[in-house]
Amino acid sequence: MSYRLVWRKAVNVVMLSLTGLCALTSLSVLFFILGYLIWKGGSHLSWSFLTHLPAPVGEEGGGMANAIVGSGKLLLIAALTGIPVGFLGGVYLAEFGGKTFSFLVRYTADLLNGVPSIVMGIFAYTIVVMPMGHFSALAGGLALGVMLIPIVVRSTEEFLRAVPITLREGALALGATKWRAVATVIVPAAFQGIATGMLLSLARVAGETAPLLFTSFSNQFWSSGFNQPTASLPVMIYTYAISPYDDWHRQAWAAGLLLLALVLMANVGARLLLSRRVATPR
Amino acid sequence: MKKAAVVLGLLVLAAGLMVTRTSAPSAAAPTPVPPPADALLINAAGATFPYPIYSKWFDAYHKMHPDIQINYQSIGSGGGIQQLHAGTVDFGASDMPLKDEMLSQLNLHVFQFPTVLGAVMPTYNIPGVNAELNFTPQALAGIYLGKITKWNDPEITKPNPGVSFPGNDIVVVHRSDGSGTTFVWTDYLSKVSPEWKSRVGSNTSVNWPVGLGGKGNEGVAGIVKQTPDSIGYVELIYALQNHLPYGRVQNSSGKFIKASLTTVTAAAAGAAAQMQKDVRVSITDAPGANAFPICSFTYLLIPTNIPDARKDKAIKDFLHWMMTDGQNMVEALNYARLPKPVVAIEEKSLSQVQ
Amino acid sequence: MASLPIAVERRSRPPSRGRVRAFVAGLRSGDEIAHLITLMFAASIFLITALLVFELWRNSALPREHFGWRFLWTRVWDPVFENFGALPFIYGTVVTSSVALLLAVPLGVGAAIFLAELAPRRISNGLTFLIELLAAIPSVIIGVLGIFILVPVVRTTVEPFLKKTLGFLPLFQGPMFGIGLLAASLVLTIMVVPFIISISREVLLAVPVEQREAALALGATKWETTWKVVVPYARTGIFSSVFLALARALGETMAVTMVIGNDPKINASLFAPGYSIAAVIANEFTEATGRLYLQSLIELGLVLFVVTIIINGLARLLILTTTRRATAHP
Repeated sequence: MSYRLVWRKAVNVVMLSLTGLCALTSLSVLFFILGYLIWKGGSHLSWSFLTHLPAPVGEEGGGMANAIVGSGKLLLIAALTGIPVGFLGGVYLAEFGGKTFSFLVRYTADLLNGVPSIVMGIFAYTIVVMPMGHFSALAGGLALGVMLIPIVVRSTEEFLRAVPITLREGALALGATKWRAVATVIVPAAFQGIATGMLLSLARVAGETAPLLFTSFSNQFWSSGFNQPTASLPVMIYTYAISPYDDWHRQAWAAGLLLLALVLMANVGARLLLSRRVATPR
Repeated sequence: MKKAAVVLGLLVLAAGLMVTRTSAPSAAAPTPVPPPADALLINAAGATFPYPIYSKWFDAYHKMHPDIQINYQSIGSGGGIQQLHAGTVDFGASDMPLKDEMLSQLNLHVFQFPTVLGAVMPTYNIPGVNAELNFTPQALAGIYLGKITKWNDPEITKPNPGVSFPGNDIVVVHRSDGSGTTFVWTDYLSKVSPEWKSRVGSNTSVNWPVGLGGKGNEGVAGIVKQTPDSIGYVELIYALQNHLPYGRVQNSSGKFIKASLTTVTAAAAGAAAQMQKDVRVSITDAPGANAFPICSFTYLLIPTNIPDARKDKAIKDFLHWMMTDGQNMVEALNYARLPKPVVAIEEKSLSQVQ
Repeated sequence: MASLPIAVERRSRPPSRGRVRAFVAGLRSGDEIAHLITLMFAASIFLITALLVFELWRNSALPREHFGWRFLWTRVWDPVFENFGALPFIYGTVVTSSVALLLAVPLGVGAAIFLAELAPRRISNGLTFLIELLAAIPSVIIGVLGIFILVPVVRTTVEPFLKKTLGFLPLFQGPMFGIGLLAASLVLTIMVVPFIISISREVLLAVPVEQREAALALGATKWETTWKVVVPYARTGIFSSVFLALARALGETMAVTMVIGNDPKINASLFAPGYSIAAVIANEFTEATGRLYLQSLIELGLVLFVVTIIINGLARLLILTTTRRATAHP
């Protein structure tokens, strides 16, 4: 017996250190990429980079103010369209769904998630740009919105399912109707996780270039409203990164860092809001 | 569903936060030239290769005419042609001139204006070889057909006396993304090698007999830099800006020519006579003792009929400016300027348009 | 193992006689309204996907008529002579995604276990936050890093090592360029790991603390508690993170195309260059001019859809059988 105990303890130590190693490996790769981006882009970030329009190649200065605002607009449209669909769809799958139809929806969500971003761009192009006859921020935002849906659906569903059965039973036992239990007990209990999924999805689409090329297009100038072509950070990064000029390469790195910083800010902001409103369910 | 509404509200807030944070600086942003209320926005799209010079031109033009904004986006030549066809842009741009069959297939009516010149050249990485290599057309075609597989093949060593080549396998690198660069390269190989023409042909993408594909100029340059014994091809501007080693190529008069702005313009000068009839010429393997053999024009595609009179006037005025004062800006960005006779031809056809 | 937490949560169907009355009661209490609203949104997901497939189908009529089923097993991709086939791209997509998942799942789940079960909550939150940020890095940037930093390492270290130790397998033979299927798989691993870590950690954290305490009280070690109680409890969530990762790997474009070598040939070796469906669409769509050419690219998009359906199905099957086994031997 004691041999067995030693063995179990050894397995315990080895496996736990292995998980530590896994974490260390993934994190070091991630840290490396983040560090590299900061090293390459950090020196080029400046106030004028944030507040000026792009300068043509060869001229000093210039920034990406229009692209920053443009990306914000696109993400706003994406969030307004994609998140409600994904969230309510996820609630359906976890709380109300029958077997066959849920399976179908879940499966299509996975398919949608695997569609290459450029195909999503073609799709948004044929259903929004073609009928409207011109490129617009709206078309780009919708393309990103569709890309949000599958991630939000799957994570919402998963986190709702992970809510302990005791909480549900408690709510129902107190006489709450099903939807009341869902809206007041189950969703808030899972909300931290659900929000993580949403932020992750926003972060993912924030860096997408391909769906924007043929939808929101881009713009060297300011664009007003949601009906004009608009600049966006990923498209700027892409066109600058593939250009032959060193200065533009540096700006592409800086813009990459900036994109990350903005996502970070949104992330932190949302988390601060959340932690105040909803207590962690543990 | 009160809480659910709160939850949703929070999300919108989170997204809104992003926008308010991002637009905060914009409020204070000093816009260089405030766009007037009746600003005219002209959208254009197409080729990637001339994007830097186009963005420079449109910016300079906007400074002279604050009420006109020409927004050019480099979504690729094919993309530009498709968008012109779909009517989502006012004019397009392409690295490859459009043939009549293509125009009729898409039912497009356009004038094609050459704007600047580009060149493509071989770049290589052979450990121990620092010399500037000379390439014959047969050597380049043989390497890319997969027939010449070793660096010490006589076809490579003969024009390079005094250079000691290793006997290693050649790693061939080409562009994987459809590009005007590939079109120029394969157009050249089709002209100098009948076998290339019948087996592979020329296009923005082809079915490569051998080699690794890199995405974009960086992709190709990156692979060549990382892989010993490799050869690839990149655009002149890219090679100049990034200080890549590149070789001389033997032209139609038998001389080995190094690519530069002057040798590229020399190649175009020879084609002027032919361009009287049609500006859509191929200038690869062009005649002329000083002509670099692998280069090409890039084109603007202007619809023959622009319904909006203001746009029509602005676009034509821009074209005129581009061919005259605009040409003075190109060499600073490593583009080769249009030869004088070509400008004269284009001015003439522009006057006919009006 | 005990049954899944959601198993109890099934809408009980009232007997058909009382159905109408139950429905009215449901309407009054709001349950049916909530059901219908969420159903509508769930259905819209299905409809969007259907519309997407329809658009792809509609815009690829020409090659379907021209090549028929031959498109699927033709190994040639020749834009000049307009002869197109999808096989090399299907092969590259399947191989790179599978290898990436083989690497990313143990790595990601291991890291998630560490972050959820071992690391102090505060540190774990901070690290996870960084991991989630990584999802926002534009893939073109990861691609550039891949070609300049990862590829040389693969060529000079990883590939020679694999050749020396596992070189008897056809998977690890042939010339070593650095660029190729292996490099693409590694890049994909890096890109999908954040999804696995972040969601798996969150699901592990949501496992009720009583489950752990019960196991520990019975004398299980920390690892046994984690592996035999916590992970099985959270397995549906972990699987769903794997599906998200798989889907992303199948559709990833820019970063893959920078390092895969973009050569439409089928090679058994992971060292050889290959090509993926998403990469060829991204590479050639913007410059394709001929109708047949353009529509063939769109048909490739359709093919990717079918490939995704099949791979997803296979993955589900695999998971179904492995969970059965896990349930049989607790």
